[in-house]
Amino acid sequence: MVMTKTLKFKNNEVIKKSDIPVVEFNDFMLMVSDTHYRVANLFINKEEEYQNNLYAVIADDKNAELHIVKTIVGNEYPSLTLRRPSVHMFEREIYENYGICPAGHPFLKPVRVNEGYEFLKSDDLQSHEVAVGPVHAGIIEPGHFRFLCQGERVMHLEIQLGWQHRGVEKMLKNNPNIWLAESISGDTTIGHSSVFARGIEALSGMKVCGRAKTIRKIALEMERMAIHIGDIGAIAGDIAYLTAAETLGVTRTLVINTMLEISGSRFGKGLMRIGGVNFDIDEELKGKIVSMLEEVDNRVTEMCGAMFANATVLSRLEHTGLVSCKRAEEIGMVGPAARASGVIVDNRIYGDYKDFTPVSAQNGDVWARAYQRYLEIKQSKDMILEMLDELEGNLETPAILSDYPKDSMCITMTEGWRGEICHVIITDKSGAIQQYKIKDPSFHNWFGLALAVRNNQISDFPVCNKSFNLSYCGFDL
Amino acid sequence: MFKTLKTVKLQKNQIIKDIRGREIKPKFRGIPVIDEAKLTNLAECQKACPTCAITNDKKIDLGKCIFCGECARVSNGAISFTRNHKYSAAKREDLIVNGEINPIAAKEEITKIFGQSLKLRQVSAGGCNSCEMELNACSNANFDIGRYGIDFVASPRHADGVVITGPVTKNMAKALEDTLLSTPEPRIVIAVGACAISGGVFQDSDEIDRTFFERHPVDLYIPGCPAHPLTIINGILDYLGCK
Repeated sequence: MVMTKTLKFKNNEVIKKSDIPVVEFNDFMLMVSDTHYRVANLFINKEEEYQNNLYAVIADDKNAELHIVKTIVGNEYPSLTLRRPSVHMFEREIYENYGICPAGHPFLKPVRVNEGYEFLKSDDLQSHEVAVGPVHAGIIEPGHFRFLCQGERVMHLEIQLGWQHRGVEKMLKNNPNIWLAESISGDTTIGHSSVFARGIEALSGMKVCGRAKTIRKIALEMERMAIHIGDIGAIAGDIAYLTAAETLGVTRTLVINTMLEISGSRFGKGLMRIGGVNFDIDEELKGKIVSMLEEVDNRVTEMCGAMFANATVLSRLEHTGLVSCKRAEEIGMVGPAARASGVIVDNRIYGDYKDFTPVSAQNGDVWARAYQRYLEIKQSKDMILEMLDELEGNLETPAILSDYPKDSMCITMTEGWRGEICHVIITDKSGAIQQYKIKDPSFHNWFGLALAVRNNQISDFPVCNKSFNLSYCGFDL
Repeated sequence: MFKTLKTVKLQKNQIIKDIRGREIKPKFRGIPVIDEAKLTNLAECQKACPTCAITNDKKIDLGKCIFCGECARVSNGAISFTRNHKYSAAKREDLIVNGEINPIAAKEEITKIFGQSLKLRQVSAGGCNSCEMELNACSNANFDIGRYGIDFVASPRHADGVVITGPVTKNMAKALEDTLLSTPEPRIVIAVGACAISGGVFQDSDEIDRTFFERHPVDLYIPGCPAHPLTIINGILDYLGCK
């Protein structure tokens, strides 16, 4: 199916709702199920209570093009999941939030509501269930994991979330502010807050200066580096390779302490504002960042070099938690987890980057997800160095906000360290925000984790989990 | 083997020896100070504050403050942030300050029971994972909270207290309550971060349920968004009466 009946748009562009073509459901289904393209978002926007507009954001990753298309559905429509498994979460979300039923959906279970949910049972007498959570053993967010095991072997894992649900989308709709956006998921402060700010800026016609844009991108890459370093350390910790766990843990500190020197917060809270950034990077700070990057690069290279050459490490990481390329693509995984399985999807191709080529570790096991992070740390370091040289001009405060355009939509995306973050802001006929829709990459990837642990020992769950390191609150919203 | 030893050598010693005296680098936003005479646009500052932390008598409620620095930007220089990161308190009212905070008066019985060893169970109840990451960082090789006999344990049955982060969502209210009730007495409750203390940026959400705090008093408040590891460790040490 060639994308002819869609509206082609750019990331962070304001589009008129009326410009989006309305297609018959059959055509819509064909577009969504075309595996040449990726479904980046699928959501309902209600018009006047009775009309259910079903929108699909379709990404053509090979040509770096984004498309949007719409169809109108009633209270029930034939499930798209049957033809395109990767949209299964979107349909479950639609059913939970609006009661619109995707008829024939293979597993229409709750997304963020847990009460009364019965987990899959097995009538095999040799199998048993292991329940974990919502309160876990470590300092970690809450979620419930239900393993169906035969002996030590995991046959099936169900992950039920929703414990962290704070109503962020509703709050942002009523009172869009940067501080709430920073707390959508605190470990992705820069990712979510920059996407939020760009969305509001586009809607209100603010022109952000180049320097602020570059500082945002530098902060995004620093966030990626910091988390990836910590994650390799955490993976090492789970296989009791404590040298790497400790050394990478303190190497991460160097990055986030530099973030503190930029913004006053180790996580970059307070850096973004609507219209730009609150803090500049001056020459002195630039020097500090460069020397920090050299130091970090040196330590990471040495430590990862030792770690990935260590036979005991390799024997624990290789072939553990495998997600094949085909499977990762089928279920719509994104971010480093997808790239580690060989699916080349990176939202930075839609962003304002020069000659960006995604890196991939290919194998799809825990080793690949760890090595993927190593590759991305290197890549981000080079990108930051390049962007620091691009810093020019002065920070300017753009003109005061104008009103939002009526009946419009702005879709803003970026590649956070976990993968594609997508915020959709929709305005109504008076120009007020009608809907604020957030998609954290974890929304796609939790199911990838559930598949990764199949046929693995249950004791390998922690290391599989760390290799994905997904967000609970970003999912629960 | 030699590779591993080489990396250890490269890392050098990363521990912060003087946890009590260590300062945080410039730009860090610690306890805010209001120059009362200079502050002419109080209402404007209050409006700018995302969590309504500025009181009418020109003080700042650290339990609500997320240290975003927005008030300082609109106050024409009347509000500024010091670098003082030691702002924990044992009483809620002690968190409403201007520039200085009353030191925690350590109770003798607490020092006697928990002074040498304190095992804590952490519960994230709607936290955004930044306070959680900072609590994790407390145990890394830089901060090493373990040297004081303070540890985070896997089961509430092994714990002397519960550390709460997040505004307490409706969905987590029961799990939090169960965790606390599973902790043997005597036990303490520590609230870390603006969300846990006051609801923070989520205080107006209709998906949170803070009745837990009506039933269970908090023994130690550690503000921040997120709280810095040095704030957390120093707060706990002050509460325990350690030097």
